[in-house]
Formats: sequence, C-alpha cells, structure tokens
Amino acid sequence: MAATQEEIVAGLAEIVNEIAGIPVEDVQLDKSFTDDLDVDSLSMVEVVVAAEERFDVKIPDEDVKNLKTVGDATDYILKHQG
Amino acid sequence: MSSTNRTVVVTGIGATTPLGGDAASTWEGLVAGRSGVKPLTQEWAAEQAVRIAAPAAVEPTETIPRPQARRLDRSAQFALVAAQEAWQDAGFTGKAGEDSSVAPDRLGAVIASGIGGVTTLLDQYDVLKEKGVRRVSPHTVPMLMPNGPSANVGLLVNARAGVHTPVSACASGAEAIGYAIEMIRTGRADVVVAGGTEAAIHPLPIAAFGNMMAMSKNNENPEGASRPYDVARDGFVLGEGAGVLVLESAEHAAARGARVYAEAVGQGVSADSHDIVQPEPEGRGISHALHNLLDRTDLDPAEIVHVNAHATSTPAGDIAELKALRKVFGDHADHMAVSATKSMTGHLLGGAGGVESVATVLALYNRVAPPTINVENLDPEAEANADVVRGEARQLPAEGRIAALNDSFGFGGHNVVLAFRTV
Repeated sequence: MAATQEEIVAGLAEIVNEIAGIPVEDVQLDKSFTDDLDVDSLSMVEVVVAAEERFDVKIPDEDVKNLKTVGDATDYILKHQG
Repeated sequence: MSSTNRTVVVTGIGATTPLGGDAASTWEGLVAGRSGVKPLTQEWAAEQAVRIAAPAAVEPTETIPRPQARRLDRSAQFALVAAQEAWQDAGFTGKAGEDSSVAPDRLGAVIASGIGGVTTLLDQYDVLKEKGVRRVSPHTVPMLMPNGPSANVGLLVNARAGVHTPVSACASGAEAIGYAIEMIRTGRADVVVAGGTEAAIHPLPIAAFGNMMAMSKNNENPEGASRPYDVARDGFVLGEGAGVLVLESAEHAAARGARVYAEAVGQGVSADSHDIVQPEPEGRGISHALHNLLDRTDLDPAEIVHVNAHATSTPAGDIAELKALRKVFGDHADHMAVSATKSMTGHLLGGAGGVESVATVLALYNRVAPPTINVENLDPEAEANADVVRGEARQLPAEGRIAALNDSFGFGGHNVVLAFRTV
C-alpha cells in the first residue's frame, strides 16, 4: 500500500535523524537537506538509498540533485512509489 | 622561525587504550601492572586459532556523537578521542585561529596507522556481496584511506601547515612523531599534533597474523599471554587504540606559558634490509638507528635511564632489540630500566608508537618506569643484555636531568627510536 505524505515525511525524518542526528520534529516539508538538516552530498546519497528501500521507489542519480527540500523528496516519492 | 635546529617539547598528551579511555587511566593501569587482554567472545572468534585480544577499554562512541562516528573508521575515532584530549591538555581552548595562541598556518597534524581503515574496507565488502552495489556507503573511501585519521585530526584542530601519514607497519606511530619533531625543528610548523592509531580487531587480521605464527595462542590465559622476555613467549596479542602528543617549539610553548612535560630530543631511523618480516637477529638495524640518534642529537647516553622497548613478545624480536642496546651502550645498558608495556596493552601495531610515546613521556614526567608483567622465567639472553623492569613499577632517579627512549620496529625492517628527556 502506498505511503501517505504524512508517512513519507515521518519516514524521512527517521532517516535524517539516523544519518545526521537532527531531531525528527525538525524535519519539515520546507527544510533544505543541506542548509537546514546537516545532510552533505555524501550523506544525501545515504538518505536516498534508505528512502528507496523504505518506500519501494527508485531515485536515479540525475534526479537526486532536484531534491533540495524534504518537500521535494516527499513529492517525488509520492509520485514514483511502487 | 626559519631556524633548522629548534628545541621541541611535549605540551599535551592523549590516549585511548586497552587500559583506559584517557592518558591518566592508561598510565594508572601501566604503573599498576594491569593487563588489558581479554577473551574474544564474538561469534566469529570461535573458529580462530587466536581467541584473545586487547580491546579499547572505552568505546569511542561514548564521546563521539553517533552521526559523526558513523562516517569515521574506528581507527579515526580513536585518533580523534586521543587528539582531542591532547589538544585540551596542551591548554588550547578551541581550534587554531579560534584560540589565537596558535595560527592555523603554523599547525600540523601527523597521525599514522599501520593498516588504515581495514574494518571499513572489509565490512563494506560484506555489504557489497550481501546487499549489492547501491548499499555500499558513500563514506567508504574517506573512511578506509590510511590518511583518514590524520586528515580528521587536522580538521579537528584546523591544521594548515601540513597533514601527513607515514606508514611503516608497527613503527608507523613512532615515525609520525619523528616526522612531527622534524617539522618543528626545521621551521615548517610551531605546533604539531602527532601519534598513532589502530583498530584491527577483526576476523581477517586475526586469521592472517595468526597464520603467520606471529600471535600468541595462549587462549586459556588471556592476561598472561603477552609476556615479553619470558622463555615461554609465543607471539604478540593484538591491541587497539591511539596515543597522541602535542609537540611544540620550545619558544612557542614558552610564549603562551604552556606546561612542558618533556623535551622531544629527536629520532634515530634505519632500515634492516634483511627480511620482509623477520628482524635481523643481532639487532644490526636497531643499532644503526641508535647510532643515528646519538650522532644527530645532543643526547647524552649517560642520561638515558629508561627504555620503553618495542618488545612485542615474539621469540626473535625481543632479544634482537636488547642485543642492540648492549652493543651500542655497553655497560650503561645495565643502568637503563627496560619496560615492555605491550605486556599490558597488547600490540597496537601503528598505534604502538603513539601510545608508548605517551607512556615514555609520563615515565619521565613522573620519574617512574612501568613494569613488564608476565615474566615468570626471564630469557637468559634478555638477562644478559638488559635490566628488565619486572613485576612492579620502578622509581627512576629523583634528581637531575634524565632521558628515555621509545623503540618501535615494523614489518618491512623499519626501525625508529625516539628520545625524550626531562626539562
């Protein structure tokens, strides 16, 4: 069953917390991964791989650069999840 | 600043070892004659011929936050813990630049490891095989590269004069400190954070060293297994951790009013060119290193009252070193208290030179030589060539200037002798 927007944000929050140590409540739709959440380019690869696994979605490398905010990633996953 | 013969002193020390999570607890363990060797209880250990090791007493993740720790190899974690302690111990209140008493352009870092990020390499290979290409961590390369610990320590303190990683197996940590002394002596830097680290307690290194017949298989008696100079010694016990010094030009230390533990007099270096792993049995290369030390420094041999020996508890190596001491120092070798602290810490490979330099500096500062434990029957060849401190710690002369050596030798025939003396 496809995840809702709320479930995706909650899942991304857990992933970002695990990887960057940011409190889950700080992970909001308008937050930038690099500017607000301490996710650098290498850690972004980790976030993407963890999200792919969790939401059964493929996020090709060329699309990763467009995922600036948690909202971008959430929309992408909503649209592409299997 | 451009002088090529500046005096170098030790102003900070840090360590995380099988005996304790800092330099003070490590020193307390050494003086008390405590063993850090334990049975390996991991599942993978059951099939190994060697089932003992000396793990770090304190997990580095107790001080390094999890998000940072998960992108650092364990060897880099140890290096950061020891470097942070040494940096604070030297009296710096922030990284270079933030603390205005040291300029980033005049600060270096030289941290060595014998093997580098071996557990990262092997663990990520397991991930590749079991979970596929996509799951290999993007942090793998900076974690496994042998210069990773040095680079991370450089970032910690903001070192911009140069960050280096000499590699010479079990002499690596000592070579790092020797390199740092030269950086300051020749004017490239005023302050250098230097030492060694290692984290190789993993089934592959244990199997590989075990199959070389280099490690003790005394699984029934872990605490008694590392027994340098004992007739029954049967190889080293693998340890892990790091030891780091803050080295500084004497003028720079004086200008900021730093506490000085000891002078770092200099290094003597040589190579055996004898065998890829066996030491030259008469200690020819070690003698050469000792002569180089005496020729290139103003060290007075009569002041040397203590040697922190390399002595890993292998049959050939322990004696070759003592023969070299006898050959070079003659009768004075009878007045040098020789301590084999690997009897307590195990052998930290590339970390050994760092941890044992910390021990040597503290031996001078406290005027106490730690014991060599587990010597039940002293090898007659050891007895003939040296005064081994056995059983209990021994007081060093309470008055006057005294000096001490820290020997480190590595597979490949690398010999490094570091000299320190009281100020």
